[in-house]
Amino acid sequence: MIEKTGVATIEMIKSKFPKKEVLTRPKAIIECYTEIPCNPCSTSCPFDAIYIGKDINQIPRIDFDKCTGCSSCISACPGLAIMVAMIKDGKAYFKIPYELLPLPVRGEKWTALNRYGRVLDKPCFIENVMVTKKNDKTAIVTVSIEQPYLYEFVTVGKKL
Amino acid sequence: MIEKDLVVIGGGPAGLSACKVALDAGMKVAVFERSFLLGGQLVKQTHKFFGSESQYARTRGIDIAKILIDELDNTDLEVFLNATVVGLYKDNVITVYQDNKYFKVKAKAIIIATGASEKFLAFENNDLPGIYGAGAVQTLMNIHGVLPGKEVVMVGSGNIGLIVSYQLIQAGVKVKALIEAAGKIGGYQVHASKLRRLGVDIITNTTVKRAVGDGKIEKIVTVKLDDSWNEIEGSEQEISCDALCISVGLSPMHMLLSMAEANMTYVGELGGLVPIKSCDYETSLAHVYACGDVTGIEEASSAMVEGKIAGLMAAKHAGFIHPDYEALENELNNQLCVLRQGPCGEKIRCGLKKVGEVYD
Repeated sequence: MIEKTGVATIEMIKSKFPKKEVLTRPKAIIECYTEIPCNPCSTSCPFDAIYIGKDINQIPRIDFDKCTGCSSCISACPGLAIMVAMIKDGKAYFKIPYELLPLPVRGEKWTALNRYGRVLDKPCFIENVMVTKKNDKTAIVTVSIEQPYLYEFVTVGKKL
Repeated sequence: MIEKDLVVIGGGPAGLSACKVALDAGMKVAVFERSFLLGGQLVKQTHKFFGSESQYARTRGIDIAKILIDELDNTDLEVFLNATVVGLYKDNVITVYQDNKYFKVKAKAIIIATGASEKFLAFENNDLPGIYGAGAVQTLMNIHGVLPGKEVVMVGSGNIGLIVSYQLIQAGVKVKALIEAAGKIGGYQVHASKLRRLGVDIITNTTVKRAVGDGKIEKIVTVKLDDSWNEIEGSEQEISCDALCISVGLSPMHMLLSMAEANMTYVGELGGLVPIKSCDYETSLAHVYACGDVTGIEEASSAMVEGKIAGLMAAKHAGFIHPDYEALENELNNQLCVLRQGPCGEKIRCGLKKVGEVYD
């Protein structure tokens, strides 16, 4: 169905996540499901954790042992298909790419959206907003939301 | 008459890349661009590009244009802006229209890098004000800072339709829906996901039946299509909007080549009428080369690589051997193979086969 809707199934989404025990540390979740000629995620990783290889059409493979959740790949991905996820104290923390204005501000409460663009029942909290020259106008927004939304949350909607 | 070693027609990604390599090979080059600035479609592309580092992946298109232009800081290059090439003749002469003047230029080699133009869609009232091509919307928004409307419906889910929809959202425009006649999304999944999570409805098997409005577009009527692209009776739906953006593909700007009677062939997979060319990118007209979208619709990353190859070959046959000729030739052909290797390259591989090129 993703080729009709642009939305991955829950099985597809879960296949991109490591086991929950691993998410006590931040890890990159690469939601790249189809082969396209593209490899900046791999070349941007300072820890060689993302492998694509010579044929840049291959889907990236991530080694969660090597991934430190540093977030370098988030702004490198031209498809805005990478986020970093972590679980801590019953909350899911995400670092997401964000290219809309106005930018969220630390401390604000925003609506949380799923992959269909629907507003989730619970809001998310803006923990940090990083705008750097290296990220080239793609802001990296850190948000927290209750842990049950781990596989549902994908981006922020509106300020509450 | 102006005389040059090389004339490049079109200052987009293919043309600029051709200029760079030809200049490095020692040629005196003139580039003719009909717009008021160089860069072609790159100057409207605010998104980060795909590909690999050698095609400036992860750099925004607008910044790639700057890089390509900065690389051309060379006294052997003459740039003609607002200059439309109106004629191509078999004795290697082109005619140019610029500033109300008409003049001739002769060159040892000519590279045609004229790019492509947008296809349009036939439906009732498709001439109502507020109905745009996607390229026009990008020009308005990203070059002139003018919004095309407040509530837009996009027609076509290829990469351009998906990207322009995202750019509209970034500009604060509501994208009410994206409709696609085929049964699945045409462009990259990641682009579609980016839109969908911002709440844009992507509706497949659907096309626009007619536009409705008094003096300007006020709404459209859509209709569902079956798998054989026949309209399904009774499936009409209305969507209100003040702009409709058509993004249903591009066709090569072949007119100069056709006028000079180059050997052409129609290949649907390549977008329309394209020149038959040798492996050195030479058309059936001696010393006239072609590269980029004019030889088949593809991504800008491929156009840049093709431009470099055309520059390399045009230089070689005119007696200017690039200092890194052999290494470059291998490397560039390899880059093209890789870009066209995956499932996304299937259409282009199939099209190129029909004009006698094979990629394995």
